[in-house]
Amino acid sequence: MARITAGVGVSHVPAIGVAMDTGITDQPYWQPVFKGFEFSRKWMAEKKPDVVFLVYNDHCTAFDASCIPTFALGAAATFTPADEGYGPRPVPVVKNHQKMASHIAQSLILDEFDLTIMNEMEVDHGLTVPLSVMYGDKKPEDDWGVLVIPLAVNVVQYPAPTGNRCYNLGKAIRRAVESFPEDLNVVIFGTGGMSHQLQYKRAGLINPEFDTMFLDKLTSDPVGLSKMPHVDYLREAGSEGVEMVMWHVMRGALDDDVVEVHRHYHVPASNTAVGHIILENKNA
Amino acid sequence: MKKDYEDIPGTFVFDADRSREGYHLNQFCITLRLQKNRDAFNANEEAYLDGFPMTPEQREAVLKRQWNRLLELGGNVYYTSKLAANDGINFQNLAGLMTGMGVESYREMMLNGGRSIEGNRYKSEWGEE
Ligand SMILES: [Fe+2]
Repeated sequence: MARITAGVGVSHVPAIGVAMDTGITDQPYWQPVFKGFEFSRKWMAEKKPDVVFLVYNDHCTAFDASCIPTFALGAAATFTPADEGYGPRPVPVVKNHQKMASHIAQSLILDEFDLTIMNEMEVDHGLTVPLSVMYGDKKPEDDWGVLVIPLAVNVVQYPAPTGNRCYNLGKAIRRAVESFPEDLNVVIFGTGGMSHQLQYKRAGLINPEFDTMFLDKLTSDPVGLSKMPHVDYLREAGSEGVEMVMWHVMRGALDDDVVEVHRHYHVPASNTAVGHIILENKNA
Repeated sequence: MKKDYEDIPGTFVFDADRSREGYHLNQFCITLRLQKNRDAFNANEEAYLDGFPMTPEQREAVLKRQWNRLLELGGNVYYTSKLAANDGINFQNLAGLMTGMGVESYREMMLNGGRSIEGNRYKSEWGEE
């Protein structure tokens, strides 16, 4: 059977993608951001997951205001990097494990999580930046070296799904994965955050105490953490900090007991606090 | 319904009320994601905007690039950032403009750890209602 062995939490700041695409990652501004992913790239190479289940949000790119699904699962064969207004990122097309994606969609819906199924979808920095930081530089003609099942979560229009709902969805994703007959190693990514606000007069808000609390509780009190109301994210971590609810999907899909094998935190990347964590199931 | 996030200073929470108000504005902005639409908009902004039934205030804010006004009128930053990108303004520089700090001092603030949460949780701390 397929198994989820580990979870990755990671910010998906667009400027990180731009820095990689323009080859300026060794500049003093960016060097500390990328240093924190050196361990992670080695870890990915050793872990060698067959499939990454990638929880992210679209930033008004593939989804416009006409249709706002709370949870949308990518079921297409491939996902093309989108033009977000400054040209598409020069990175490989993302390939799905289509059979597993449709199995997960069916399983989740019967498990009472009423997903939207996307048979056509472009993907923006929310999905490609986490792949880039974890897998390193790739050209469009390269292959990511992993199959990716995307789950897009609405965090743009209030309200995003609650942390509790995301956590329980993670549990349902785990049940879906474990009922898939192929022997596959799956790593789940929860992306976005950490504290940041991109808009209006409070833009630039960063709250390292909040972010550290959040990273700590992923291991020490994930259930308590998942109960945090939206207003706490909005107030304490900035209006765009509410993206962190997506990390609860990742956490819910893991064992109750996990080992934190890596953590990275740096301010700033553009407007944002970069946070990254790797959690392994104890029995993995 | 009471909104428990309305006392956060300097912040628009993009809820259903804002989304409804800003719908045509945001739908215009997202078209600029594609080069062919950017070309058409840049060739004749007024004519391009005729295709979107936004309010005169929204239209004026687009033409004058009033970044905060766009948010006040229901725009969301992920949409308005497409207009900014068309003008060569990235997220960080857009934030510099929206905060009124200017691009240089905003960048400096971020390099020094960003805007502190202290004094920035409640409107009352900003001397607002
Ligand atoms: Fe995001």
